[in-house]
Amino acid sequence: MHIPDGVIGPGVSAAAGVAAAGGFGVAVSRSRRYLTDRLVPMAALVTAFVFAAQMINFPVLPGMSGHLLGGVLAAVLVGPWVGFLVISIVLIIQALLFADGGLTALGLNIINMGLIGAVGGYAVYRIMFRLAGLRPGRVAAVAAVAAFISVPMAALGFVFEFALGGTIESLSVGAILVAMVTTHVLIGIGEGVITFFVIGAVMKSRPDLVYGSPTFSGNRTEELAS
Amino acid sequence: MTRKGLAFFLAGLVATVFVAVVVSQFASSEPDGLEYVAEREGFAGQVEDHGLTDAPLADYGENLSTGNGLSTGIAGLVGVVVALALGFGLFWMIRAPKAGPPGSSS
Repeated sequence: MHIPDGVIGPGVSAAAGVAAAGGFGVAVSRSRRYLTDRLVPMAALVTAFVFAAQMINFPVLPGMSGHLLGGVLAAVLVGPWVGFLVISIVLIIQALLFADGGLTALGLNIINMGLIGAVGGYAVYRIMFRLAGLRPGRVAAVAAVAAFISVPMAALGFVFEFALGGTIESLSVGAILVAMVTTHVLIGIGEGVITFFVIGAVMKSRPDLVYGSPTFSGNRTEELAS
Repeated sequence: MTRKGLAFFLAGLVATVFVAVVVSQFASSEPDGLEYVAEREGFAGQVEDHGLTDAPLADYGENLSTGNGLSTGIAGLVGVVVALALGFGLFWMIRAPKAGPPGSSS
């Protein structure tokens, strides 16, 4: 899912960079409202965990693998905007230290995995969790479904960017859309499974630390039920 | 941090390091979804070399001269430490201001 350099032209890449920087600013100001001292180690730990988990490519089809994006995982654990920052930090480290994800494509990748994956994915989680009756016992399962949905959502972000600024114009955007969505629905299954087990484990040991759960002991910037 | 909080944090950290250093040995090296689609749909040729392919940890340790498994493990460990440090740094910097004493208005 990490867009390399060269695929999306400089105009759209730069615009995405500006948008990602704006998102970073919004995320910082939202995070300041609830990220208390007590939650800082958790947010740092989630950052390290998402980095580690993204190293693990699991086989999906013959000749194709996938890995966790971690947007919904992070957002349900530490909130959507801290989740956005978690994903941004991971993407910056990957691009600068591990040559994974293009340098000019950093803004695009932050939009797709941070803004769409974490913030957008959390919006899906919230709607579904309300429909599921706001029960703490359902946090992990609802997060898993939202995580599953968030992967093709992020893939659609790429398709949109490719349609706007792809550096090769002879290709059918429709065919790329179908290919991106079908492959990422399959990858999304892995995303859902991993998210289910990780959030389930944290809910068992520290339900008070899980932002997206009614058991969360801190303040949220937006209520679960409203 | 309370003792319970510290225990949770350390357990999470051990799990994280285990994933980055040990589980990473078994990661698939097949192309991921986007690379796969790029090859099939014909835009893989547009991909430019990453500007930092010669960096010591590029591609999660491919440039390190140790055995392949150890290189991946080192890359994973370094990544976890850097992610933890940057996470702590950023989140500590932007943490919520302490609430004032009861009765104070602000």
